[in-house]
Amino acid sequence: MNRTMALALASLFALSPALARELVINTDTSDPAPKAAMERLMEGFKAENPEVEIVWNNFDHEGYKTAIRNFLTAEPPDIAGWYAGNRMAPYVNAGLFEPVTDVWEAEGLHDTLASAASAMEMNGEKWGVPYTYYQWGIYYRPDIFAEHGIEVPTTWDELKAASATLQENGVTPFAIGTKALWPTGGWFDYLNLRVNGYEHHMDLTAGKIPYTDDSVRAVFDKWEELVEPGYFLANHAAYDWQEAVPFFVNGDAAMYLMGNFAVDLFRQGGLSDDQIGFMQFPVIDPSVPMAEDAPTDTLHIPSGASNKEDAKAFLAYLARADVQSEMNALLGQLPVNKDATVPDDEILAQGFVMLSNAHALAQFYDRDAPAEMAKAGMEGFQEFMVRPENRDRILDRLENVRSRVY
Amino acid sequence: MSSTALADGTATSSAGWWRRNQRQLAPWLFIAPGAFMFLIYVIIPIFESIWISFYDWDGIGAATWIGLANYVELWSDYAFYTSLYNNVLWLVFYMLAVPFGLFVALFLNQTVVGIRLYKSLFFFPFVISQVVVGLVFAWFYDPSFGLLNLVLGWFGLGPVAILADDRFVTYGIIAAGLWPQTAYCMILYLTGLNAVDPEQIEAGRLDGAKGWRMLWFIVLPQLRPATFIAVVVTVIGALRSFDLVSIMTDGGPYGSSRVLAFYMYEQALGEYGFRMGYGAAIAVVLFLIMMIYISGFLWHMWRAERDGR
Repeated sequence: MNRTMALALASLFALSPALARELVINTDTSDPAPKAAMERLMEGFKAENPEVEIVWNNFDHEGYKTAIRNFLTAEPPDIAGWYAGNRMAPYVNAGLFEPVTDVWEAEGLHDTLASAASAMEMNGEKWGVPYTYYQWGIYYRPDIFAEHGIEVPTTWDELKAASATLQENGVTPFAIGTKALWPTGGWFDYLNLRVNGYEHHMDLTAGKIPYTDDSVRAVFDKWEELVEPGYFLANHAAYDWQEAVPFFVNGDAAMYLMGNFAVDLFRQGGLSDDQIGFMQFPVIDPSVPMAEDAPTDTLHIPSGASNKEDAKAFLAYLARADVQSEMNALLGQLPVNKDATVPDDEILAQGFVMLSNAHALAQFYDRDAPAEMAKAGMEGFQEFMVRPENRDRILDRLENVRSRVY
Repeated sequence: MSSTALADGTATSSAGWWRRNQRQLAPWLFIAPGAFMFLIYVIIPIFESIWISFYDWDGIGAATWIGLANYVELWSDYAFYTSLYNNVLWLVFYMLAVPFGLFVALFLNQTVVGIRLYKSLFFFPFVISQVVVGLVFAWFYDPSFGLLNLVLGWFGLGPVAILADDRFVTYGIIAAGLWPQTAYCMILYLTGLNAVDPEQIEAGRLDGAKGWRMLWFIVLPQLRPATFIAVVVTVIGALRSFDLVSIMTDGGPYGSSRVLAFYMYEQALGEYGFRMGYGAAIAVVLFLIMMIYISGFLWHMWRAERDGR
């Protein structure tokens, strides 16, 4: 009896200091690579700060998007994973995120994380620390291209010619699965970035340009040149993006506009490195400077966090070049810190060069546009890809939503 | 001694009061816990939803009073009409579960070896989760490797992507929903058939009734209570259809398989939603539609009870 009492007391005393330095971290890193990177990050931080006890709640990637609203209001952790750009606006505006401008200033992050600085800024403050981003572009099958004598297209006409050749030979030009809607956003982003440019795209996603504008119609004209001949995978609305990967892996489709995270799946599907190629989305209007999609993942401090001091130390640690090098080697993505090393991977290296020379970086349609607009927009894009004849009705509808949302 | 007398006095008087009012009080006491739960989890939320539907609220920020603006927006919202139309389709075609269930029940209502096993097998789809039903049918419909398109292929018919085609998608989901719902109606009818009076069957048979006439004039009237319950649960099931839509299509393609319950969820709690007020307004409309059936149900019950006396 006495001994159990003593034990209980001892554990109580042993726990209490640890409880005081507890750091609760909620993330959505449920996929293997992000999970490993997050584990590495926490181990590294613990090695340098042994007095801090990290409690990690790793959520399912999709479920997290709804869970974050509950835990930010009900039981805020000390660190929460989220995304840059307009996607964080609801939480910033509701006062649920803590500004971390002081961390940015103390650690000189305005310099080292310069490429993502604008995406982290809102109302004159910085709201989190970015640690990884990845390029979007067209992944293609060099072996299939070689078989049909196709050169890697760099212009719109070459892209269409390549598609025509592929189709003649019974290969679907583009794999895509639009069941989850967002893959359509990648196509819209790139077509608009190439037809009208980055500034127009930002104005459009900020609600300053009507969807019925001629400039937007021009985007759909280009899109129709691919939809009308059937260059996209048939029945794409029935598949998720992962379910469209087998078509690419089996050689039934030769190109796939996707984010770099897809490469992992291509390799798991059995493609060797010389069967996976990467190309920048071709030029449509040569007078428009080339901007790219490069979504950024970030960590934030909720305003209701109980251990903000250690949370800020954690963010400072996360921003370090060596930490980002190590994490991104595991993630197979690009570090945001400019002094970090890019993982040794040919496609990533290509992406890194492309992004470094980019005129500007967009986040992604559903992160740049407010949620409601993004949902209606991507639904309209999907409908257009199945029923291009409904275009005018779709654009009228989007314009309706735009005038209400902004 | 005086104190004990006093205690005895109060004890007998309170016991007397209890005894006098016991019959009136007991029902209320038994109802109280249930009524309390019903109040907290059903009645109050109904009024809260109605209240929220007058606000523009994202669930975390400040709520702004906008009066009927949510309902005005619903009035011109194409997605709302798509959902409403799909709900009507659900109501109509989901009803097929009632005759299907009846015929399966009639078919299984016989004594052969192992009938219990067959009954359990037919009842099986109702026991498994709707999520599993949705997944199974989604694979069944899959345009590249699904069984349906394999079979269609034997007859030289091209692949149909049921769940990616706005013309077929709602029917495809309803067909999936019919599978467990038929099993449910079947069970209701099987229990109903147990209560069918064999003497009436015998009398009918003596008067020369058989086949359809026997079913229509002798058996079906006796199954009225079962039919009534089957229709009610099917109507309610059709109106709250959500899981199958969510699992099989997520409302797609481009929102053409949405139903009201799913649209409400999408607007209020979905990834791109968080318009609590608008979602609540949809919920109120759905509630009003359900109210028609619920009041019909209550009226029927009340009438049956009155006639029963």
